[in-house]
Amino acid sequence: MQSGRVCLREALEAHFFRGEFSVFIKMQFMLLFSRQGKLRLQKWYVPLSDKEKKKITRELVQTVLARKPKMCSFLEWRDLKIVYKRYASLYFCCAIEDQDNELITLEIIHRYVELLDKYFGSVCELDIIFNFEKAYFILDEFLLGGEAQETSKKNVLKAIEQADLLQEEAETPRSVLEEIGLT
Amino acid sequence: MFANLFSFLCVFQRMPAPIRLRELIRTIRTARTQAEEREMIQKECAAIRSSFREEDNTYRCRNVAKLLYMHMLGYPAHFGQLECLKLIASQKFTDKRIGYLGAMLLLDERQDVHLLMTNCIKNDLNHSTQYVQGLALCTLGCMGSSEMCRDLAGEVEKLLKTSNSYLRKKAALCAVHVIRKVPELMEMFLPATKNLLSEKNHGVLHTSVVLLTEMCERSPDMLAHFRKLVPQLVRILKNLIMSGYSPEHDVSGISDPFLQVRILRLLRILGKSDDDSSEAMNDILAQVATNTETSKNVGNAILYETVLTIMDIKSESGLRVLAINILGRFLLNNDKNIRYVALTSLLKTVQTDHNAVQRHRSTIVDCLKDLDVSIKRRAMELSFALVNGNNIRGMMKELLYFLDSCDPEFKADCASGVFLAAEKYAPSKRWHIDTIMRVLTTAGSYVRDDSVPNLIQLITNSVEMHAYTVQRLYKALLDDISQQPLVQVASWCIGEYGDLLVSGQCEEEEPIQVTEDEVLDVLEGLLVSNLSTPVTRGYSLTAIMKLSTRFSSVNRIKKVVSIYGSSIDVELQQRAVEYNALFKKYDHMRPALLERMPIMEKTSSNGPTEIVQTNGETEPSIVEPKHPPPVTQPANQANDLLDLLGGNDVVPVIQTTMPSKPASAGGELLDLLGDLSLSGGPPPAPAPSVPTSQPSFLLDGLSSQPLFNDIAAAAIPPMIAYNKNGLKIDFTFERANPNPNIAVITIHASNSTDADMTEFVFQAAVPKTFQLQLLSPSSNVVPALNQGTVTQVIRVLNPQKQQLRMRIKLTYTLKGSPVQDLSEVNNFPPQSWQ
Repeated sequence: MQSGRVCLREALEAHFFRGEFSVFIKMQFMLLFSRQGKLRLQKWYVPLSDKEKKKITRELVQTVLARKPKMCSFLEWRDLKIVYKRYASLYFCCAIEDQDNELITLEIIHRYVELLDKYFGSVCELDIIFNFEKAYFILDEFLLGGEAQETSKKNVLKAIEQADLLQEEAETPRSVLEEIGLT
Repeated sequence: MFANLFSFLCVFQRMPAPIRLRELIRTIRTARTQAEEREMIQKECAAIRSSFREEDNTYRCRNVAKLLYMHMLGYPAHFGQLECLKLIASQKFTDKRIGYLGAMLLLDERQDVHLLMTNCIKNDLNHSTQYVQGLALCTLGCMGSSEMCRDLAGEVEKLLKTSNSYLRKKAALCAVHVIRKVPELMEMFLPATKNLLSEKNHGVLHTSVVLLTEMCERSPDMLAHFRKLVPQLVRILKNLIMSGYSPEHDVSGISDPFLQVRILRLLRILGKSDDDSSEAMNDILAQVATNTETSKNVGNAILYETVLTIMDIKSESGLRVLAINILGRFLLNNDKNIRYVALTSLLKTVQTDHNAVQRHRSTIVDCLKDLDVSIKRRAMELSFALVNGNNIRGMMKELLYFLDSCDPEFKADCASGVFLAAEKYAPSKRWHIDTIMRVLTTAGSYVRDDSVPNLIQLITNSVEMHAYTVQRLYKALLDDISQQPLVQVASWCIGEYGDLLVSGQCEEEEPIQVTEDEVLDVLEGLLVSNLSTPVTRGYSLTAIMKLSTRFSSVNRIKKVVSIYGSSIDVELQQRAVEYNALFKKYDHMRPALLERMPIMEKTSSNGPTEIVQTNGETEPSIVEPKHPPPVTQPANQANDLLDLLGGNDVVPVIQTTMPSKPASAGGELLDLLGDLSLSGGPPPAPAPSVPTSQPSFLLDGLSSQPLFNDIAAAAIPPMIAYNKNGLKIDFTFERANPNPNIAVITIHASNSTDADMTEFVFQAAVPKTFQLQLLSPSSNVVPALNQGTVTQVIRVLNPQKQQLRMRIKLTYTLKGSPVQDLSEVNNFPPQSWQ
């Protein structure tokens, strides 16, 4: 959605296309952050510099934290739509392009939370903090390039389980000598 | 003793094992201050760096994981980039897992280093373990650069044909990413799409639909090719709806809502502009629309997507009404998210299904009172879209109430909207003036600058309301002089109609008793007040000057004018000096020059005001885009100008009145004609007798060769943008001075059929790097048999000087039937965008 600088007349009359024909639906990024604004996970599906990512994160976190509880889960920010939802002490925040279906994005967020919940068993923020890499692994089995790759909860969890097993097998037990660096 | 010596020697050979990830996290979290945290991080980073330097394979994974944690806290981690690559190249699965994660977090296509990943990814795409292949596909699909995509597209294509559904679904999304990065490669994935939809696996189905969607959106040929899939898609969707409970895919009683939504979206794209496809999906859409459970968000998400599809394809009217009614029900939903999407969708459909949306008007107006900012904004936009001749009074009441109480961020748009609606549908002139007054007095400081000249033009043209208007504005000034747009309009009016004010001629309401001195007091008060901006002061001084021919207290006015001749404000000083000159040397011309303004021609009010806008001046003469350049006082200079323009309609200019204005504020136009030494002259005069159907060029209608164009840019050849079924649309070009990145295009729509094209609406869209502004059309009826044209101005901002492309949408009614067409315009002459 273009900035408010466009006169209302023009906005109404050129409404259909909103001045751009980008109908390529895409999730641009997903952020998880605490009520104090601390970042717990950041998944970017567009190439941006670290500086830009930090700026966006800072601004967006501020904007979302400033929202009152009575407000809806969607807000326009720059030329993106932000869909966010708070689960306990964590905000889940997705940026989608203008043409996307906000309601189904809420379902995507909810599905991700369910996956985390199943994996960690009643997931809480601390789980995500101490096992952030697992949170990423789960996300990467659920979404790819910003789109859902698997719509079955069971299959996502199965894949993670198998990968975890593979990881365990790969970690050969260390000998005492290895531990002190002799071999 | 021997053991002690041994271990003593060992300690000196290697560093202690780096601490584990969880321990580091725990430690860092104990930091009580930012400084403490920073110290811990620095210490650990130093340890990690040494460890990296030692090329330690054992702990690399652990160290990189810790680095990723610290990176999330905001600390630099670039020195770990190469380590990620080493991890990816390792044979251990743990290493790869962290390595790929690190790559996705720390590397992106801007780093040269990332290309080193390509080979590893290639190998891993062919790994024997599917989870390794999965990691590679995921990484490529999330952040692969164009070069990487080019190199690895073949591998992805291979995996798209595998029978392993775990890999196939990932390959499909990876292909989507490849296509987004390198669109030319799309063709190579076509064969692999052959039987994607025959899959039973929902993951593969979902990602396949995403892939097909991407291909159809990017290429009209692909779209045509895949239209044959409509029956299959309809079948899949039907199965999802009709099938019994499937625990694996169930969400609150709905089977795989994600897949349903994606199918609906693909159907939308396939059905758009295609009668047969639209018909084939009609039934299933109706079924989904009526059978979907609406108690939870998930059901509403599907309904929403269904509505979007119904509105976009060529659906029958019954279905469309069904869709709008769903939106109407959404508006009443307790869930504000649902209300929000309803308003958004209604806004999209209000132009095409106006009557259906009108039925929900009162609900929409109620949403103006919603607490949520986004909902309020949409409700406001929608409300304005629904205003028409029948409901103007009621709607305006609600909207003015909204204007009174809304947040400042809305006031400018709301005020503009009110003005627009009032202009279109005012039931009477009195009502119109009253509405304007209401906006100016309650939201006067938020009103856009360009409203001032528009309002002045409106007031000028409402001849019978002059006395009423000036009286109301005068009274408003007595109350409050802080709102500049109000003050400016009021000053201007008092300058013009002050005589009506003091002679108490108002018919609409009780005339007030006011003397000339009192009026001059007020205007002089504006000049000295801190609240007045320089622009406002200019207005006041000019108004005072004008009153010299309407009031008898000329001496007082002379005194004021001469005082400001030494004002610090250069604007005011120049005006005062010129007005003084008017008194002293050209007194014989003063009455003629300061005569009452004539009725101004109605033009596209958002025309090239920016082109002529100078020093913030918004005098009414500038609104009139067809005026000749400023005509100077000395008649011989005016003649030079006439010669330049080749005479013709410019003659009336000298005879009509001109509001005085220092020519130093001439801006670009005067610079253009600077050699005519126009300083000290009055500004452009309105030329009321100039005929027009073209709204925007400054000199249009006066001479066939716009002076402006010739100097500003080499003439850009016009082009035919569209020519079908009797409707022809020509584009003519202009460069907007001073900004060469803006191309000003005027469309000329003509109709060679034997019936008028009514309700003609032209819409345009441009790619993301451009910005577009569509101004008002000259009319919405294109007369038959080429008897006239509809013109409209498009302004395109092209800062990156990219090739201009445009998609246009035309809707009109011909002989009672609605016609709609979409077209791409790609044949822009290079000069229009270079």
